[in-house]
Order: sequence, then structure tokens, then C-alpha cells
Amino acid sequence: MTTIDALAATLRTVLGDERVISDRQELRTYECDGLAHYKVIPALVVFPHTAAECATAVKACVEAGVPFVARGSGTGLSGGALPRADGVLIVTSQMRQIVEIAPQDERAVVQPGVINLHVTRAASPRGYYYAPDPSSQQICSIGGNVAENSGGAHCLKYGFTTNHVTGVEIVTPDGDLVHLGGRAPDAPGYDLLGAFVGSEGTLGIATEVTVRLVRLPESVRTLLAAFPSTDAAGAATSAIIGAGVVPAAIEMMDALAIEAAEAAVHCDYPQGAGAVLIVELDGPAAEVEAQFVHVERFCRDNGAFEIRIAADDAERALFWKGRKSAFAAVGRISPDYIVQDGVIPRTALPEVLHRIGEIAAERGVRVANVFHAGDGNLHPLVLFDDSVDGEAERAEEVSGAILDLCISHGGSITGEHGVGMDKAKYMPRMYSDDDLDTMQLVRCAFDPRGLSNPGKVFPTPRLCGEVPGRHKGAHPLQEAGLAEVF
Amino acid sequence: MSVPFDGLVPATDSDVIAGVPARFVAAPTSTEEASAIVRGAAEHGLTTVVRGAGTKQDWAAPPRTLDLIIDTGRLTGVLEHAAGDLITVVRAGTPLSELADKLAPAGQQLAIDAPIQTSTVGGTVAVNMSGPRRMLYGTVRDLLIGVTVVRPDGVVARAGGKVVKNVAGYDLGKLITGSYGTLGLVTECVFRLHPLPAISAYVSRRFTSVGEAGHAVAAVLGAQVVPTAIEVDAGPDGVVEVCVLLEGVPEGVEARVATVRTLLGGDHPTGSDTAPTWWSAYPWAAGDVGIKLTAALSTVPLLLAAGQAARERHGVPLALRGSAGTGVLYASLPGTTEPATVAAVLDDLRAAATNASGHAVVVTAPSPVRDRLDLWGPVAGLDLMRRVKQQFDPDARFAPGRFVGGI
Ligand SMILES: Cc1cc2nc3c(=O)[nH]c(=O)nc-3n(C[C@H](O)[C@H](O)[C@H](O)COP(=O)(O)OP(=O)(O)OC[C@H]3O[C@@H](n4cnc5c(N)ncnc54)[C@H](O)[C@@H]3O)c2cc1C
Repeated sequence: MTTIDALAATLRTVLGDERVISDRQELRTYECDGLAHYKVIPALVVFPHTAAECATAVKACVEAGVPFVARGSGTGLSGGALPRADGVLIVTSQMRQIVEIAPQDERAVVQPGVINLHVTRAASPRGYYYAPDPSSQQICSIGGNVAENSGGAHCLKYGFTTNHVTGVEIVTPDGDLVHLGGRAPDAPGYDLLGAFVGSEGTLGIATEVTVRLVRLPESVRTLLAAFPSTDAAGAATSAIIGAGVVPAAIEMMDALAIEAAEAAVHCDYPQGAGAVLIVELDGPAAEVEAQFVHVERFCRDNGAFEIRIAADDAERALFWKGRKSAFAAVGRISPDYIVQDGVIPRTALPEVLHRIGEIAAERGVRVANVFHAGDGNLHPLVLFDDSVDGEAERAEEVSGAILDLCISHGGSITGEHGVGMDKAKYMPRMYSDDDLDTMQLVRCAFDPRGLSNPGKVFPTPRLCGEVPGRHKGAHPLQEAGLAEVF
Repeated sequence: MSVPFDGLVPATDSDVIAGVPARFVAAPTSTEEASAIVRGAAEHGLTTVVRGAGTKQDWAAPPRTLDLIIDTGRLTGVLEHAAGDLITVVRAGTPLSELADKLAPAGQQLAIDAPIQTSTVGGTVAVNMSGPRRMLYGTVRDLLIGVTVVRPDGVVARAGGKVVKNVAGYDLGKLITGSYGTLGLVTECVFRLHPLPAISAYVSRRFTSVGEAGHAVAAVLGAQVVPTAIEVDAGPDGVVEVCVLLEGVPEGVEARVATVRTLLGGDHPTGSDTAPTWWSAYPWAAGDVGIKLTAALSTVPLLLAAGQAARERHGVPLALRGSAGTGVLYASLPGTTEPATVAAVLDDLRAAATNASGHAVVVTAPSPVRDRLDLWGPVAGLDLMRRVKQQFDPDARFAPGRFVGGI
């Protein structure tokens, strides 16, 4: 009996036959995450229902010396949940219980497989919501959000997942159940919770998550402004932020991204725009009203030739529709594309956008730009046609060059999609060996055996020379209408 | 006395940490110099404690042994203030007040309160200090976006960066925040900044019962007024004052002040543009006993009630003050209180905090009292914490014994 067969037998006794998959055909369902370019068929897939079961599964892996990888909804865009051929994939999709909605404590307690949007759905009848809003929120899991420290359009004002998680129960890579943080703030000792959030499954598996709930705002105002150029839209953004306004969101699309969105969802954005901005303010009504006037003026002063103000929720949704679909929509104007995720200081925006334009032109590749303008998180979409010789390679070059550009401007190689296996090789460009070595100290403390999602985040020889990820057409989730991409 | 290597000077009588005298002192002027000193200390096996302004050296437990104090007094200055990007890079020894002065002309702030006025940036990070405005802006962990640390082996490591949005690698800044100098020496910090509000208004009301005060706080929390802070001050006389801070543009704040006055109820909730005298100050003075209590939000009144009960039961002038809007309160007892009495009060408060899903941690106490107390209480994840310490500081030379579980 092989190690895996023996492990499968052990896991079947604990979890029952139906919750352990070893059939190769069935295993294929789990061969990739949202970065579908990388595929590895796991040795086993298991579905725990409880923290205790999850701990037992991990313990069994540890005893067998077999690596394990956590998976939530599999929407990750950096290959974080990519299985190991010699390992077990622990899927949380049957851990979907909302344990408690406690608005009086501004907290919710959920199992890790709970879908992001379901937390808000459960809390909103009581006047609260869960603020981090990745555009995959209709399908991604809270456990995945915790692992990736996911962001969303409204994180400009409200912060990222890490600012909204106050406690986790985890299965350590040794198979022990440990609580970090909790319902009250500032638990004594090291902030291991802070280290765990964003650790991409390499420090253990979250089995229960306590999140902050935020009171719904009294008022929300949204405008769509059309500018002749991204420079003008960038200047308006600078004016808004420079004036001390903290919008809930400021999102920008360039002409190519607008073209794609028009083709896909007929969002009817103003004709002839070189860029559009969506600016949303929320908060107490009087506060929002007073600031909204300024925002409108800053847009006009910086060359906006048309400004539309959402009259109601329906119109607001329409504004957002173009923006939210832009990513997927790119599939309408290009057979293939790479989704990039990089960050620059916001003030470097004009310079970096010009440079991206130059790099793209030099290589004969088109780049559509969609981004969170407020915090400098770029999502350039590098378009190419895989059937044309050499285009894929050129697109990859451009995509890599954009990351270098982010680093040289003092930014980051990822603002929300994570490092995973896709960007591990870029980590040494952003951090020194000593920096990475220091991060690995934490890894060694949690996972001395290196069994929890090995090969992710930190570069290892195994990852050298891998091709960066790319999407063939739209992601299956987008096609199914389940998710949209920012 | 001769020094073991360059860069150290013999300690003087005032170079004492929580009652433990040091042998040497070093005051590096750069990360590189700091690294050389820490390397030297590692080679010579010197136990080391980092000192900022020295305002919190009587916090936590004393070091088990102490050879070297590394003073950050010359590691000062704001290296960068990128106003358009709302970030600043500042050296660890810089006083928070100096940083505030540098940022204010651009209409910006590092939104961390300084209950102790002279605190340095590094000291604030090391003990994770916070005040009233944490309700809106979060704490150090939410605002620190990059950090440079000299590890106990002298290696210089950076984590995070200069952009607010960044998920590349582990967030070591959070691990360092609140680590009481046990994982290394912080030399530089990068912070996210916020615009200074156009105006601020404080709305206060005094309540004679804990229950009424609790209801008022809950009402404000449930409204959509987005307070920057909701503070309570419960003195030994049994009166509980609730004060709500509202910030924003004049038109907006005016409307919200009106709402909060109604919510606080009674005839005389007062509004003012200046804070009450007790605002953002710990309820203790130097030499007193200071305890930090935390609770799930809705159970803050339980803590207030426990404070009142402890007053009556043990006959002590216990004062409680803090952030009712986030579930963090500070308790104080006079430093002259009998150690056995302090221990009994702490037991009661800790039981209440545990019931409230929180913790009771002794922040500071005179040494005869401190010696009798379990400063931290139960700590979840202690084994993992020990393993982290072991990785960073295998010889336990950085602030040995000062932290949880004797770390
Ligand atoms: C259409 C689309 C739109 C997107 N938009 C955004 C966006 O706006 N913002 C954004 O930040 N991201 C976005 N993403 C990326 C992705 O949705 C997020 O990273 C999300 O948090 C992943 O959640 P998941 O449940 O799918 O996790 P998975 O993909 O299953 O896993 C992601 C990582 O988390 C680990 N993991 C999963 N569960 C656990 C657990 N319980 N404990 C420990 N580790 C765990 C995995 O090992 C893996 O490393 C988008 C993706 C798609 C496909």
C-alpha cells in the first residue's frame, strides 16, 4: 500500500467515504484555481465539516509526511490553491455555516467556507455589512479572503481583510487547534493573527473566522465622470484626495477598457472618453452632501466633459456594471489576456501609465487599464492572441515589465491577488534575501516541516522559469455569470 | 569600566529598565550603526533592551538580565512625507509630537493618539499604544505599512513597503507591533496618513448609573453618525461620563452633533470643540497600577459594573476610562494599594473580562506589586509565540522575560 493509499484509508474512517475523493477523473475538478493556466491533479481531496475534522485530516497528513493545501472556492488568481500531486487538498466548501451574527458586538463568526457576500446578506437586515468587497464576492470564501488578505473597491476607505478580521481559529501545520485574536480587540501576546492573515495557506488552515461588521452608511452618492485622458482623470483623483476627501471608492478605466466594457455590457459610458472615473462617497448624509459638491467640482476643474450622478441604486449599479465587467469584457476584444495586479504610489500614476503605454507599443501588445485609482492598485490587462506565434511570450514580457515598473516606483508586485505560486519568483525583486529569510522565520515557527501549502509565496527552485499565468478567454466563473472581475 | 566593543559607553545610574541596571548603553544614529551594535551584542552574548523616550520602561515585566540598552534617541527624523500618497517614513526615535508637527502643515496626521505625550514612534509600535480615535482609524497595526527591523542577530530586514495596498509576503509589521522589543530593534517605520478633519466636536453627558451609560453608548453605536471615538470615564465617585467625538466638515458635524445630543438624552448633553481634560489620558499616574481591560463591544457595561463592584468590595478608589466604542478600558489603582488587594482586584477584573470575551493585562505596577501578579493572564497561542521568539532570538537576548509567558 502506498503512503497515499494508507492516508486515504485513514481519512475515510474519519470523514466517511463520500468526503474523500481519490478517483482521478473526480480529482480533475480541483486541478487549478482561478489562474487556470497552472494545473496539478492532487493525490486526494477531502471535505471536512468541522474544525476538529480538519485538524484530524492535517494530523493524518503530518503523520504520513504528506503536504496539504487548503482550498476555499478556488477563485484565487495567483495559483495559491494549486494542489500538490503528492498532497492532499483540503476543501472548505462544506464548512459554510454562519455561526453567529452579532451586530451588538459588531462581529460575525463564520466557518471558513462561507461566501463573502453571504456575511453581508445575513447582517444587512440588521443594518450592518461586511466591508471588504472583492469583486469575486458572490463566490469567494472568507477563508480564502483571510489567506489572501483580499481587497475590493471600497477598501480605499474601509481597509482590507486584515483590518476586518479580529479572530481566527486555525489548525496549525502540526494539526493543533489554536485561537488567535477573538471577539475583543488586542489579545495579549504577539499579533499572530496579523501574521496569519495574508499568509496564503502557508501557516495553517483557518477553521473559524471572527470578522468585524460595519454599520451601513446613511447615505451613498456616486458619480461617473468622463475625461479626455487618464492624465486628466488622475489629476482629478489627486485633487480629491489632496483636499482631504476620503471617498469610499475611486475607480478608473482607460479608453481600451471602456471599449471592452461597451462591447460586453453596453454600459453606455460617455462617448469619446479617454478615461472615466467612478467616485463614490458614503457616510452621514450631511457629510456626504457637503463633500460631494467638492468632488464634482474637482472633476470639472480637471477637465471632465461629462458628469453623471446616480439618481438611485439602479443607476449606481449601472455605473458599476461597466467597471465591474471590464475585466471579463476584455475577452470580447481579445482572445487571450493576462490579468496583472501591481501597486504604485498613487502620485506616480500618470508617469507609470505612460511608461506602460510605451512598453506595450515597443512590444506591439495592447494593454487595457482598469484600476483602483485611489490607492494606486493597477490591474493592467495584457491582451494577446495565443494562436499568433510569439504573442504570448511578448505579452508575458510586458506583464513582467509592468511589475518591474511597480517595484522601481517603490510599489508592490501584488495589491490583492497574492503571490501564490505565480509571483514567488518576483519576490526577490521586491525584497532582499534577508527580508525573505526573516519572513521565513515565521514560516519555520508555524510549519517547521514545510507541509502547509509548500512552494507558494517564497521562491523555490521548483518554481524557477515557470510561465506567468494567463487566462484563455473569460474565467469559467465569469462565463457562468457568477463573478465579475475588477 | 571598559566596553566590549566600539559604539558602547558604560551605563550611568539613570540607565535602569524597570529597576534593572544596565552595564552599557549605545545610541546608534542609523540602521547600519544599529546593525553593527546588535551584531556586536550577539557576538558578546549581551542581553539587550531597546529604549525610546523611556516613558514605558516600567511597563510589562522587568528584563531577567540586562547588559545593554540601545537608545533610539539619535535615530530620529522624518525621512519622507509624501503628502500626495498620504504616507510618511519616520525613524523610530522620533517623538510622535514632532512627527505631528511635520505633518500638520500639509493638513495630515498619523492618526494614533499619544496617551503619553513624549512617546516615540518606536515605543508606540513596540507596545501597540492606542487612544480614543482607534475607533475610526484603527491602531498601529492598521496604520503601519512598512517597517525596518534589526534582528537580534544583527541582520537588517524590511517588510511591507511604501504603498498602502500590498499583499506580497507576510505582514511582519503586525508581528513586530506590540512585541515589546522582544523580536528586534525597529529603526524605521512607514505609516499610512489621514487628512486632518476640518472640525472636531465633543458631545458629553454624565450618567449616575453604569446601565444608563451603557444604553447611551449602544444607541450611538447603532446610529449612523460614524463617531471617531466614544469614550467613557468612570471615576471612583461612581459617575460615568460618556463623550463622543465627531469629526468632518462643518455642515456634516453640525447635523451629527444634533443627532448625538438626542441619543445621549437628558437635559444637558454638552457639545464643545475641546476635549474633556481626561481625554486620551490613562487614568493612572507614574507609580500607580495600570490595567488594560478588553471586552466584546456589547459587554463593556459588564466591565464598568465589575469596576464598581471591585470598588465596593475591596474599598479601593478604582478608576476606569477608555474606548467604549471599541471595547478597551483602562483601570487604575493608587501605587500605594496593598499588593494582596491589587491581586484580589485583578482577579475580579480578570474574571469579568473573561466573561466579556476579553482580557485583563497589567500594564504597569510598582515592583513589589508586580512581583505578586500574573501580568498577562491566559494567553492563547502561547506555544506558537514561543516558537516565533525562538526563531527570531534563539538565545533569548532581546528583552528577556518582559513579554507573555516569560518570552
Ligand atoms: C472573477 C474574479 C474576481 C476577483 N476579484 C478580486 C478582487 O476584487 N479583490 C481581490 O482581492 N481578489 C479578487 N479575486 C481573487 C480571489 O477571489 C480572492 O483571492 C479570494 O480571496 C480567494 O478566495 P477563495 O475562497 O476562492 O480561495 P482559494 O482560491 O480557494 O484559495 C486562495 C488561497 O487561500 C488559501 N486558503 C483557502 N482557504 C483557506 C483557509 N480556510 N485557511 C487557510 N488558507 C486558505 C489557499 O491555500 C490559497 O492559497 C478575484 C478572482 C476572480 C476569479
